[in-house]
Amino acid sequence: MSGPLDLSLTEAVGATKSGGISTSELVRAYLARIARWNDTYHVFLDVLEESATRRARELEQLSAEEREALPLYGAPIAIKDNLVLDRGSTTAGSRILEGYHAPYAATVVERLERAGAVVLGKANLDEFAMGSSTEHSAYGPTLNPWDPARVPGGSSGGSAAAVAARLGLAALGSDTGGSIRQPAAYCGVVGLLPTYGRVSRYGLIAFASSLDQVGPITRTVDDAAALLAVIAGFDPRDQTSLHEPPPAVFPEASVKGLRLGVLSSYPDGMDPVVRAALEQTMRALQDAGAHLVPVELPEPTRALAAYYVIAPAEASSNLSRYDGVRYGLRKDAEGLYALYDETRAAGFGTEVKNRVMLGTFALSAGYYDAYYGRAMAVRKTIAEGYDRIFGQVDALLCPTTPDLPFRLGERLADPWRMYLSDLYTVSFNLAGLPALSVPTGLHSGLPTAVQVAGPRLSETLLFRIGRAIESVAPPMPAPDLKEGGAA
Amino acid sequence: MTLDNGAEVIIGFEVHLELNTATKLFCPCATAFGAAPNTSVCPVCLGHPGVLPALNQEAVALAVRAAVALGCRINLVSRFDRKNYFYADLPKGYQISQFDRPLAESGSVALLGTDRKVRIRRIHMEEEAGKLNHEGESLWTADSSLVDFNRAGIPLIEIVSEPDMRSPEDGRLYLHSLIRTLSYLDVSDLRMEEGSLRCDANISLKPAGYEGDLEDLPRVELKNVNSIRNVVRGLEYEIARQAALLDVGGTVARETRGFDDASGTTLSQRSKEAANDYRYFPEPDLLPLRLEAAWVDEVRQALPMLPEAWAAKMMGYGVRGQDAEVLVSDPGLVRFAEATHAAGAPFPDVVSWILGDVARLQNAHHLPYGEGPLCAERLARLMALIGDGTLSGRMAKEVLEAIYDDDEDPDAIVAARGLRQVSDIDALTIIVGTVIDANGKVAEDFRAGKDKALAFLVGQVMKATRGQAEPAVVNRLLRERLLGGNPL
Repeated sequence: MSGPLDLSLTEAVGATKSGGISTSELVRAYLARIARWNDTYHVFLDVLEESATRRARELEQLSAEEREALPLYGAPIAIKDNLVLDRGSTTAGSRILEGYHAPYAATVVERLERAGAVVLGKANLDEFAMGSSTEHSAYGPTLNPWDPARVPGGSSGGSAAAVAARLGLAALGSDTGGSIRQPAAYCGVVGLLPTYGRVSRYGLIAFASSLDQVGPITRTVDDAAALLAVIAGFDPRDQTSLHEPPPAVFPEASVKGLRLGVLSSYPDGMDPVVRAALEQTMRALQDAGAHLVPVELPEPTRALAAYYVIAPAEASSNLSRYDGVRYGLRKDAEGLYALYDETRAAGFGTEVKNRVMLGTFALSAGYYDAYYGRAMAVRKTIAEGYDRIFGQVDALLCPTTPDLPFRLGERLADPWRMYLSDLYTVSFNLAGLPALSVPTGLHSGLPTAVQVAGPRLSETLLFRIGRAIESVAPPMPAPDLKEGGAA
Repeated sequence: MTLDNGAEVIIGFEVHLELNTATKLFCPCATAFGAAPNTSVCPVCLGHPGVLPALNQEAVALAVRAAVALGCRINLVSRFDRKNYFYADLPKGYQISQFDRPLAESGSVALLGTDRKVRIRRIHMEEEAGKLNHEGESLWTADSSLVDFNRAGIPLIEIVSEPDMRSPEDGRLYLHSLIRTLSYLDVSDLRMEEGSLRCDANISLKPAGYEGDLEDLPRVELKNVNSIRNVVRGLEYEIARQAALLDVGGTVARETRGFDDASGTTLSQRSKEAANDYRYFPEPDLLPLRLEAAWVDEVRQALPMLPEAWAAKMMGYGVRGQDAEVLVSDPGLVRFAEATHAAGAPFPDVVSWILGDVARLQNAHHLPYGEGPLCAERLARLMALIGDGTLSGRMAKEVLEAIYDDDEDPDAIVAARGLRQVSDIDALTIIVGTVIDANGKVAEDFRAGKDKALAFLVGQVMKATRGQAEPAVVNRLLRERLLGGNPL
């Protein structure tokens, strides 16, 4: 298959601007494919067919000059359903927000639309972004486009699957402990966790505020750079956003002379296929002139422990607002506290409840120092550890996940194994550092990927290395979508 | 205050103050009081999914102004924290407050009329909750409750005192002294009845011989009492209640109690043991609040003159201490006195005018001092017209009333009404002669010793001058003519 759906973001925007294809044709092609496959793969929770069609027509009315000024002119994009939009529904994958219509739009979505993008719909996710498989979506899992018996990863599984399956040209996801990079790796697409504060969180439904970042999921590194350039930058409505100009869009591709940190050891349980793919990439980059420097990740296991204290603690507070009083689900009951109990019992799924309980406990009087306080201390140690590492190397190369996409249902009964897939991702969230996952090819029909991380605000460098990885990896074909899926 | 059983009364206060910013603490919604319910709201103050707080710099400036006026040390780095609890008026399920790194610490308030001070432990910033309107007695027994979120997110400061007060009277003095200082700062409306100022009193009894930490005494928190008078009543009731408990060997429960105005008693609201664990943790959506020392100095330099300094200044003008205290009880009053003085009126006459007729008329017209028809310049001019003999005191009062009615300058009113005191002795002497001639019988009565007769003659002269003669002068002239020689 080769047609408008196979164009990358950069190519498609070039084509819409030059008139090679109209914005309506491009959007129509995506909507048609969504209509054909969304029921099977369950990528979108809400398809904004009408507003996308209207928007595409409006864009066609623009003059050539006006089009030229729009870096994402006509680009059909999927939005993770924890980003609010002033139309359609916003559920965050939860029953508690069933039927909720947000009264405003997230800053990142406003910026996309102002740049000429067309929002196709709201992509599926693990409830409130808590999960690594989208199996924790209250509305059912998304299937992996490469193998419908497997998970697409999560929590931005819908966004990554949309981009891989050509149900979206690009997507926005959010990443709290790996939620962009892990599904990008599982779906064979590019995913970026930006530096904390690089992108506004205003309108991102909070999971763990000090860790959450919005970022792009795309088919190519250049596309990720193009999307980041639009969504990055200070937002007065998010006081934790940084006064930094967006990074350059078209970095060079050479890694010649760069010092790349590589892991001197790997933990048990790492899939040999993942390791082989990583080592192959390492050799190729070395051949391209990079110097490989062995390093140790700071506190890898303690990082996971700290993450699973800090993220639930913040989540327990962030999710308090879902109480049935003002919006969303309400279970009427005798008295206020009964209303809270019944609404929250009915509205939250098991994984969310687990984390709210965990977080409430970690913040409780008498336990704060032992849990939250200690976790924050570990977090500081990790950040300092990366400061030292990035004093020695320009960037770090490591796996995105220790494994390949797992089977639906395989880990639902084993949350600890589910959490282990965050092993290589969480520490960059804890340290607030940028990290990019880049596909390295297919193994037995399943995608493999590597992760490149760097110091604060080093996105341009990460794109440069990412491009080099793309250039040494075999080209990623489009997955062959099939009926059926998980039996 | 020491009780019969030797126990000592220990009182401290937490005062919540709504800052009078134009907009809320974390969103651009207006803070106007009295708007229709839920009209001054937005996704941020309603706690919609995805919103973030954006700190209002004006609120920080007002909070710092209050803190420096109360002599606090400003923490150049302070932090916001989340105080987590569930309630229907709390949109996010947590209140953004400041926990262990407050904006300001270690200030004091001088107790009015004493040489004692109450120490301020800390001042921190936080956001208001919404307002519940119950259809029934309380949230728990009401058939339904309506929530108004207009108030949600209005900036507050909480002023926490040390437990330095020893009697309800100390408490009353503290609140008066605190409110008086704050009233000079224009940081808050300070209206207890509207809830823009709320005080919670902490009270415990320290048994004779107790050597431990005051914080460890069983303490009752008296919540949200709506007037200073009721604070005093509530404290008095609590002292009696707790003392009675201790006298029979009972223990005082650590709890929150509400004051019931009708019965004058306090009622248990919830016990502290069962109270929420607020699970404070640093607010990740806001950066630590960093202030420049130079900016804090600017705020300190820009403080207005405070009541103690004003009182000293007034006494420097020769105003009696008692009057000075009355003047400084209201910053508008003392500033008006000063402005009238600056416009040329002498002390202490200014004080008798302002505390007398001006106070009466401003109150009758519900006007703050300096606002409405009577400006300092008009009052000063009116007083000048008395000083130069143009107006009698009685005429001046008429002109003052007319200023409120007509909103005109005193000179214009004098001209329009033809009010001009006749003090020309020659002219008056002629009129006096005419009146005596026309009332020979009355004049005889007076000469015969009937003092009352003189009043009639004065009245006749006043009538002949259409009230513009100065009565004292008329009196003197009549006596001279009737009795001859020096009337004294």
